[in-house]
Amino acid sequence: MSLSKEQVQHIAALACLQLDEDEFDDIVAKLSSIVDFVDQLQQVPTDDVVPMAHPLDQVQRLRPDVVTETNERDAFQANAPAIQDGFYLVPKVIE
Amino acid sequence: MAGQQQALHTQSLAELAKGLSKGEFSSRELIETLLSRIEEHDRSLNAFISVTADQALAVADASDKARSKGEAGTLAGLPIVYKDIFCTKGVLTTCGSRILENFVSPYDATVVERLSSAGAVMLGKTNMDEFAMGSSSETSYFGPVRNPWDTVRSPGGSSGGSAAAVAARLTPAGTGTDTGGSIRQPAALTNTVGLKPTYGRVSRYGMVAFASSLDQAGVITRTAEDAAMLLSVMAGFDERDSTSVDHPVPDYVSGLTVSLKELKIGVVRQHFDAGLNEQCAARVKDALNVLEQQGASLIEVDLPNLDLSVPTYYVVAPAECSSNLSRFDGVRFGYRADGAKDLLDLYRRSRGDGFGAEVKRRIMTGTYVLSAGYYDAYYLKAQKVRQLISQDFKNAFEKVDVIAGPTTPTPTFPLGEKTDDPITMYLNDIYTIGANLAGLPGISVPCGFVDDLPVGLQLVGPHFAEETILACAHQYQQLTDWHQRCPEAYQ
Repeated sequence: MSLSKEQVQHIAALACLQLDEDEFDDIVAKLSSIVDFVDQLQQVPTDDVVPMAHPLDQVQRLRPDVVTETNERDAFQANAPAIQDGFYLVPKVIE
Repeated sequence: MAGQQQALHTQSLAELAKGLSKGEFSSRELIETLLSRIEEHDRSLNAFISVTADQALAVADASDKARSKGEAGTLAGLPIVYKDIFCTKGVLTTCGSRILENFVSPYDATVVERLSSAGAVMLGKTNMDEFAMGSSSETSYFGPVRNPWDTVRSPGGSSGGSAAAVAARLTPAGTGTDTGGSIRQPAALTNTVGLKPTYGRVSRYGMVAFASSLDQAGVITRTAEDAAMLLSVMAGFDERDSTSVDHPVPDYVSGLTVSLKELKIGVVRQHFDAGLNEQCAARVKDALNVLEQQGASLIEVDLPNLDLSVPTYYVVAPAECSSNLSRFDGVRFGYRADGAKDLLDLYRRSRGDGFGAEVKRRIMTGTYVLSAGYYDAYYLKAQKVRQLISQDFKNAFEKVDVIAGPTTPTPTFPLGEKTDDPITMYLNDIYTIGANLAGLPGISVPCGFVDDLPVGLQLVGPHFAEETILACAHQYQQLTDWHQRCPEAYQ
């Protein structure tokens, strides 16, 4: 196994993913096989190669800094699991 | 058979457009025919997540009425299905995931907006691998899609729902998205045509993001001509997509008949190495001979880093996916887990329950390769190898106009066969991923059968050479009838 259980726990925490105990061993095994597979890239000589940033060598387009969107809060909040008075509700953050 | 009309469900978009304009049938008749086929056949395929029958009939009626007044857009009254990754206003857009099971999009994707303005009628939303992460359409929360050529087998993926629906004559056309082969591979495995345009050619606005430097929208149809019709409407600059390219859109349909006489077709030495099924190789070689007989010349070229395209992809795509999918947090939209004890617990449990196994694996792979201490070794390294792969294509296109070869290493496989081994599943995409890494347009076109299962010929061109690959595919289809074969149970 190229990844330890502790490493996978750390990755899951960084990715904000709750994993069930019964799926854990399977995830460690499969993630390890993926990491082993992509490790073959380490053998490729790339010293003078410029990393590819964009398939068409384009730079990010900018737009004028003006307001273009209208307020559609009600439409967007129609999909929210919990709202009140136009706010999104989450569990208490500050005691 | 003079005077007798060819059954509506077997006709291509181009044929249906002619019939509608001549008044041989109405859009309502056409849409009703297809809706009843979906009702009859989709139980065996699971190609649809939503069927929008009422809306489709209303749009068809409006289209018939407009036509009677002499107003008809280029796609007026013609049916289309959308992969469930495209946002459709007021209609469920699930992306094949539990986390978006109840998501009703508040807006239309640009692709949907453009096709609708041209008059296309949405029949429904098609099933897919969850968040387009898969090559078999098995990772969907809504169950696997089945291949109409053999329903115990996969239609490929991730756009397997659109491919199965087109192959089974439930619709003449559907949209798809292609990040590593997700349009071309299912097209090859279902005897349909799948077009992935140049990166930035079609707007990604309103398309749920997977890997933003690779994702591109395209179509699955039965003919290259239909793909050209749709691309002419879908392509073009969109200021709402920051990667959209401001490049003129030709009339792809009128480009279909450009002569192949001077065409130089690259045949990649590495394509015919050990991994390719021998009978598939034979079908592809037959197809190349057909093109050669039209005056095209076949020239051997090399893509020396072909083998590195899959591992490169499985660093770049998961890295981008881990970043894109961080927006799913159980707060603003989508699934929320019950009984969270605090905000972090809410995020972790909503994402843990809401995402399926493959999506979690990709998010975690991406998180790992981007994490402190590993970025240079994995992500930066992969972007360098990606440059080498892209350079290989540039070198090849100095000698040839298109590259032709197999779309997939084998015909389709039984459902469940590869689900337990991600690497075997990933290697399905060996021939398709390069075009995504390099941002090139590619098309898969039916080129025969192996043991009654379809095989696809892939044509890849330089950036913005959609006209060339479409012309090549179209003229090949004029000389062959593979694409007219229909699975027996769906005739």
